[in-house]
Amino acid sequence: MSATGIGAAVRRKEDFRFITGKGQYTDDVIRPGETRAVFVRSPHARAKIKRIDTNAAKSMPGVVAVLTGAELAGDKIGNLICGWMIHSKDGTPMKMAPHPALASGTVNHEGEAVAVVIAETMAQALDAAEKVNVDYEPLPAVTDAAKAKSGPQIHDIAPKNTIYEWSLGDAKAVDAAFGSAKHVTKLDIVNNRLVPNAIEPRAALAEYDAGTDQLTLWNTSQNPHVARLVISAFIGMAPEHKLRVIAPDVGGGFGSKIFIYPEEVICLWAARKVRRPVKWTADRSESFVTDAHGRDHVTRAELALDANGKFLAMRVKTIANLGAYMSTFSSSVPTYLYATLLSGQYDIPQIYCEVDAVYTNTVPVDAYRGAGRPEATFVVERLVEVAARQMGIDPADLRRRNFVKSFPHQTPVIMAYDVGDYDASLKKALELADVKGFNKRRREAARHGKLRGLGYSTYIEACGIAPSQAVGSLGCGVGLWESAEVRVNPTGSVEVLTGTHAHGQGHETTFAQLVSERLGIPFENVSIVHGDTDKVQFGMGTYGSRSGAVGMSAIVKALDKIEAKAKKVAAHMLEAAEGDIVFKDGKFTVAGTDKSAAWGDVALNAYIAHKFAGQELEPGLKETSFYDPTNFTFPAGCHICEVEIDRDTGKTEVVNWTAIDDFGTVVNPMIVEGQVHGGVAQGIGQALLEGAVYDKEGQLVTGSLMDYCMPHAHDLPSFNVGLTETKAPSNPLGIKGCGEAGAIAAPAAVINAITDAIGTEELVMPATAQTVWVALKRAQPRQAA
Amino acid sequence: MPAVSMTVNGKAVTGDVEARTLLVQFLRENLRLTGTHVGCDTSQCGACVVHIDGIAAKACTTLALQCEGAKITTIEGLAEPNGPLHPMQEAFREHHGLQCGFCTPGMIMAALDIVRRRGNDLDEHTIREQLDGNICRCTGYHNIVKAIAAGAKAMAKGGARQAAE
Repeated sequence: MSATGIGAAVRRKEDFRFITGKGQYTDDVIRPGETRAVFVRSPHARAKIKRIDTNAAKSMPGVVAVLTGAELAGDKIGNLICGWMIHSKDGTPMKMAPHPALASGTVNHEGEAVAVVIAETMAQALDAAEKVNVDYEPLPAVTDAAKAKSGPQIHDIAPKNTIYEWSLGDAKAVDAAFGSAKHVTKLDIVNNRLVPNAIEPRAALAEYDAGTDQLTLWNTSQNPHVARLVISAFIGMAPEHKLRVIAPDVGGGFGSKIFIYPEEVICLWAARKVRRPVKWTADRSESFVTDAHGRDHVTRAELALDANGKFLAMRVKTIANLGAYMSTFSSSVPTYLYATLLSGQYDIPQIYCEVDAVYTNTVPVDAYRGAGRPEATFVVERLVEVAARQMGIDPADLRRRNFVKSFPHQTPVIMAYDVGDYDASLKKALELADVKGFNKRRREAARHGKLRGLGYSTYIEACGIAPSQAVGSLGCGVGLWESAEVRVNPTGSVEVLTGTHAHGQGHETTFAQLVSERLGIPFENVSIVHGDTDKVQFGMGTYGSRSGAVGMSAIVKALDKIEAKAKKVAAHMLEAAEGDIVFKDGKFTVAGTDKSAAWGDVALNAYIAHKFAGQELEPGLKETSFYDPTNFTFPAGCHICEVEIDRDTGKTEVVNWTAIDDFGTVVNPMIVEGQVHGGVAQGIGQALLEGAVYDKEGQLVTGSLMDYCMPHAHDLPSFNVGLTETKAPSNPLGIKGCGEAGAIAAPAAVINAITDAIGTEELVMPATAQTVWVALKRAQPRQAA
Repeated sequence: MPAVSMTVNGKAVTGDVEARTLLVQFLRENLRLTGTHVGCDTSQCGACVVHIDGIAAKACTTLALQCEGAKITTIEGLAEPNGPLHPMQEAFREHHGLQCGFCTPGMIMAALDIVRRRGNDLDEHTIREQLDGNICRCTGYHNIVKAIAAGAKAMAKGGARQAAE
């Protein structure tokens, strides 16, 4: 392993600009003559818009324009769409309601944009927005997933507010298995609604060049090409070749910046209308009521076991709250990203899952770090832990008895696990967490009036999304391959254009490690280019822990082509047969001789083209690959959480966190560990602190960072992380992906630990001090053995 | 509009601002110092932390006019343009104390204030408690805590207990 190659903890290329304040985020981009947009938003969860009076606003100082949904419709700007078709059990397509970028006729959630003010300055736009007079007739609202079907109907297209009633698996076979079970564990689970809260608020800056009829959008996007495609093909803003989307430095995404939102559509539309650049940057209050939320499931889950604790079947019924409109990929999250993972790491012969997706008068819900897989893992890992307790079996042992041990393994819910070693990660985690010493620690804690608990989560996820044919057959509207273009310059330095997008993941470093190792050139001589549709031809972006497994594989394929072409050039230079050229450590050698050419010389010769005839070999050294994976990847591992709870206050402290993950090949262990830390923090946040709360009228009462509890440094422990490795066979590097694992594994581990300590399984997330204290009142804390 | 004068990163600056203009707006929009970020509107996240007369403050909750005559240091002023990085900046890079980078300038400026108040030998508990005013969504804080402890130590070695103000 070289100092900068695959496996080395190389310090990040991108850090210099961030630690010196030279990052370039969307709001940092300033265009000459730019105006500021401020949105007028609904204060009601549901209301009829009777009248909008913009006259007073239009006469305010500095106002350039005030625009409403009527003008948007007049300009025939299309609706926002959901790009993944799901069919109900009865074969009917999902009920996608119209979603205009500015409300038309009714508003359906607090924060929905009704009008936009464009003004010279932010302050003037804010002042004028106050003067837009909207006459609302408030209507009754429903916000609760479980009550949605009996609530007031929100969209004409969706009776009982039902988007689809979907199922996966064999219901009859599952019923039969339950009939023969010795033990059945049942749980009612609420997976709490979360607000993503990337620290950089969403922003959009649009500019129109009337001379070329070209629109440019700077946008906080995880996938600028997908944004361009949707805004062009579905919303009809401009032909694709007349729209450039740039996603510069992006300050965290976690899924929330995948989606196409009303604000970027409106900025583009307004920029062309007012012939000036238009910039919008959310304030945090707007983020809370406009960024797609995550999770929000209500679930009944059952696990059937035989007398030996062998799993026989699982039955799951979930209601998924998708909010007021269907966000870009919302339909896929509680279906193909959720039910397909209900087998966990286990051999479960039969699984049946029903999912009803519903509209409510809340912010749309879509993918948030993990997206469906945290919800699935929570169901599975809570069921398993509770079953072990009910049957008096050690929870680690019950898991071990049911692990998938031979591969490939076809689950009853679509997925075919290709490789893994679940025993290995459990064993290593048990050791690192010193589970043997837990009872002693529990007794010690009890002496200090504290309750100690230990909880496991042996999770699996499907990442590296995904084979295009596979997701196409499941309803996805796009292919999920990835592209790479490798450009070798005449001086031998290299630019790699990738269709992935980095917003914290460090691709500029890890991708350069791959290229540096493969070509034997200095790490510093490689640049990674991403996030601009004018530079990178097309790409699917970054989410679903896909950039390593899919994006880097595309680079490998392009590098294969580069090497093949470079060998041809070298053969001419060295006057040897192409088949005799060996490329190693940045040098082309004629096999069995001391004749060689350095990388830089070959690159130069590819461009000056003096040593070969252009009719025989094209000059230049640039290759492209579109790589489509052959399977999902299946990262898996074991997280163990140890908590200590104050009996008097219910306050839970996470005192020890152990994470052993199998991510396949690890390119940069420093970056991978960082991804685990961040994911676990978000998972602990969900379990202990975070939860979006709506009141009966549909007001988001956790609408700011004062009310919504984000994890702070003092809420979290340091983490003990380690790795096991089985290489993914579905991609050339053996990478599985690491971005979401922590957020997927953590909530179940935390709740398993707390319920272990307090002795009752009735505990909802977030398990705040008050929640735990109340639970303790009706519980019998477990004693050390 | 009233004029305001202050020293920012060692340079005297003057500008016309509204009474309601925030320091962070003055820095970002008037001076185009976009290293100081805005992540919230309730003073929780700390992405906007700068030093006012050597003390950490949230520039999103400070009026520009309040800073008349003050010495302001932002992330851009920590290291000389072609000079070495400040030890705290270097520690964040060395210990992977950042991912998306958006909270980072505020984190570094807040970290320097922790060193100013608590000295160069910082334990994990102290750092975690003292970071209450800064939120990071990416790192889980693990590596930020390590970076601050190491940066504080490195500052003592370099005799640079104070930030570069």
